[in-house]
Amino acid sequence: MLNPSAFAWSESESLGQHLESRGVSRRDFIAFCTEMAVILGLGSAAAPRVVKALQSTRRPTVIWLQLQECTGCVESVLRTSEPTIGDLLLDVVSLDFNDTLMAAAGGAAERAMHTSMQANKGKYLLVVTGSVPLKEDGIYTTIGGRTAKAMLEEAAEGCAAILALGACAHFGSVQAARPNPTGAVGVRDVIKNKPIVNIAGCPPIGDVVTACVVHYLTYGRLPAVDGEGRPLFAYGKRIHDQCSRRAHFDAGQYVTAFDDEAARKGWCLYEVGCKGPATFSPCPIFQWNTRTSWPIGAGHPCIGCTEPYFWDTMTPFYGRLPNAGGFPVEQRVDMIGAALAVGAAAGVAAHGAATVLTQIRRRKATNQVPETSGGEGEDHGQN
Amino acid sequence: MARTKIVVDPITRIEGHLRIEAQAENGKIAKAWASSTQFRGIEIIMQGRDPRDAWAFTQRICGVCTVVHAVASCRAVEDALNIRIPANANTIRNLVHGMQFIQDHVIHFYHLHALDWVDVTSALRADPAAAARVGRTLSPWPNNGEAEMRAVQERLKKFVGSGQLGIFANGYWGHPAYKLPPEVNLLAVAHYLEALDWQRDVIRLHTIFGGKNPHPNFLVGGMASAINLDSGATINAARIADIAGMIRRSREFVEQVYWPDLVAIAGFYKDWAGIGGGVPNFLACGEFPEADIRDYDKLYFPRGVILDKDLSKVHEYDHRKVQEYIHSSWYEYPGANQDVGLHPYEGETIPKYTGPKPPWTYLQDQEKYTWMKAPRYEERPMQVGPLARMLVAYASGHKDARELVGEALGKLNVGPAALFSTLGRTAARGIETVLLARKMEQWLGDLNGRIRNGDTATFTRDKWDPSSWPKSAEGYGFLDAPRGALGHWVQIENGAIKRYQAVVPSTWNCSPRDAKGQEGPYEAALQDNHPLVDPERPLEILRTIHSFDPCMACGVHVLDAEGREVVEVKVQ
Repeated sequence: MLNPSAFAWSESESLGQHLESRGVSRRDFIAFCTEMAVILGLGSAAAPRVVKALQSTRRPTVIWLQLQECTGCVESVLRTSEPTIGDLLLDVVSLDFNDTLMAAAGGAAERAMHTSMQANKGKYLLVVTGSVPLKEDGIYTTIGGRTAKAMLEEAAEGCAAILALGACAHFGSVQAARPNPTGAVGVRDVIKNKPIVNIAGCPPIGDVVTACVVHYLTYGRLPAVDGEGRPLFAYGKRIHDQCSRRAHFDAGQYVTAFDDEAARKGWCLYEVGCKGPATFSPCPIFQWNTRTSWPIGAGHPCIGCTEPYFWDTMTPFYGRLPNAGGFPVEQRVDMIGAALAVGAAAGVAAHGAATVLTQIRRRKATNQVPETSGGEGEDHGQN
Repeated sequence: MARTKIVVDPITRIEGHLRIEAQAENGKIAKAWASSTQFRGIEIIMQGRDPRDAWAFTQRICGVCTVVHAVASCRAVEDALNIRIPANANTIRNLVHGMQFIQDHVIHFYHLHALDWVDVTSALRADPAAAARVGRTLSPWPNNGEAEMRAVQERLKKFVGSGQLGIFANGYWGHPAYKLPPEVNLLAVAHYLEALDWQRDVIRLHTIFGGKNPHPNFLVGGMASAINLDSGATINAARIADIAGMIRRSREFVEQVYWPDLVAIAGFYKDWAGIGGGVPNFLACGEFPEADIRDYDKLYFPRGVILDKDLSKVHEYDHRKVQEYIHSSWYEYPGANQDVGLHPYEGETIPKYTGPKPPWTYLQDQEKYTWMKAPRYEERPMQVGPLARMLVAYASGHKDARELVGEALGKLNVGPAALFSTLGRTAARGIETVLLARKMEQWLGDLNGRIRNGDTATFTRDKWDPSSWPKSAEGYGFLDAPRGALGHWVQIENGAIKRYQAVVPSTWNCSPRDAKGQEGPYEAALQDNHPLVDPERPLEILRTIHSFDPCMACGVHVLDAEGREVVEVKVQ
């Protein structure tokens, strides 16, 4: 077993040497780099570049702050699944502060954090899970007598970049759902002067986090992102356009009730509320937990958890998307067939599709929350 | 000698944000206060929503116990709407929840609790051959060999030698309260690492039935994962075979690694069987229905209440006797009497922060000091969790539990009174993990048996449509979660949630003082014959607090006061 932090990587050693000393063959290492290059959308031809970068990179410090949250994101990273080699990736960082795993507590824990922050000033990667409650001067989350906001601002000050992990750090998630009693917001609403990547999802897939860190180590910068700050290599496409059940959508083959004959054949879940047509997510490609399955693969509709404010814009979860239809971002010929196949749902056709396209483009262009456009069964509010 | 004021915040290696304050005198803790310092207000957010969505919202109360709120929520709504789920769905939920227990308890033992007992740096001095000999006496686990021990120690040496200690930095290494010989420390470190790999594998059971972990998907009325042996997109023989492998590997690890490690380590810390007992009352709401959830006598873990450590009598559990108090909590009740207790169906909570303006130094001088409310059962504080469950099972004559409790007490050569302690809580967690690791095979067999007979139903459709619901309804969903008794109470009106309330294990255990001055279980345990040798290095506090396996995000919740205006801002 290769624990993220239990095996030292000394200052004088490159990652390549470190892995070698731990019994990882050069062949395995190159295979890993190739896979990472493909995952990152660089193509296998870029593998030598990844190899070179990882071999020469020193073990960087990571400070991980857990603010107003449920710890699901930490658990998800614990499940990082590329067999053994995925763990190596976590091993290449020095995780100097993390509430859930660290041995020290109280003052000793805080001293460990401050020591590391000072020693690595300007260089460390800040991982944040959880939202920041702003109402009533932030008294809804305190750690060591200090507010989440104060903790975040202090840690962000000396960091090189921020990985905002999960829906809470992205936009506040469930506690920011209407009426947002604590005034919860994401990292980007508090920190304005640092590069931030939103690794979206409730929680995000651990392997996506891993890939982002590799990207950062390899190129010395964060991956390219969409208007929501989400890495394009993982969140660049809609679930609907990559879904293993897409053929059934196109053929008009829908589950209309759970456990009906269609459900037992693995048909499309659109009619029982699937939000895949409106959700940009790596789920269909990366899948979950050592690529075992994913929500739609296990028969449940997507709830859209990588999208901002999904608790309000995607609910009720079992209501059919009124205006998402089945139309890919790039309008393709098959949208016509799809619209015909929908039959009873044909009313959603052109207007709905146009609305979704507008939303998506606006979001990508302006980093704004998508405007909701009304329709049956939708909840619109949030603050 | 003057009392020393102590603050431990953050308490690490738990879920969420917990602050412990104490006063120590002559090497003992005189007084203790437990403060939860996070509030999210999820139940306010529930108002007006579709009850079929509730499981997803409440599931996000906690990503560690990622199954329990979802299932409790489904059960509450199913109770309100009188939905009876198919037998297959019940069995699948048992399998999913059972694996949650097993995985969660093992992670707790190795990754959250072990470092309170295991000195990682001492493992450097171990003789790997001797460690392997110790390992062989404990179990047939194949990875306890000398080569494995040596490899782990080499990695550890290199790690410590680098000076970059990562998550092990500033631990209380060398503290005199660490008692294990170097060889046992080395063995435990090896299993710490192995358990990280193991948990990632066995939890995939959640992914097969729920699509992902953390936060797998559930469904009011059953489960969404359809069964069809002739489809590649559903639960089929390949999926079942994968699950059977996980169940086998989970049992092997629990029986050959976790349980033997726990008993061996406990043997060096038997003094902790006389420390940290605290609240003498125990509550279990029961879990793992073998039939319909309403058949209370067919729960694998029985329900009941034990008062004043009296194991000769198990009192019947009645959820109507649960009330919540806010005497020491940052809330207010409408009306003059702030010390009244309210049942969850009537519960009102209005957050009202009266603590100092952050940053603060101490909360212990404040009358109100936490976001945690104080649930009481017939006005008594109650411990919930593995110990409560195993005591209720033991006192109820549960055959499997009696056997294993007896085996553990015999190996440690202590009597049943030793269970009322910090060590008892940690041991009970292991005992129930063994019971469940053995039980999973039977549940999978039940599922296979029904499939063989042609029963593949996983969902009850007749009450899915809101038009089939009564105008108003209310329901109670109970579930005994890894950390203890959990209840969700829902009131539905015109197809939408009117009220939602959850009383959660960590609310019981981390509850503050009530109006009568009765401390909650964390506080009472820290005040019960509890040592604290070095206030600068409060290792002993961590031992007792971790023995409860705190889950703070779970514990804090709030129900919106009826009629309170909910401000809605539309996005433009």
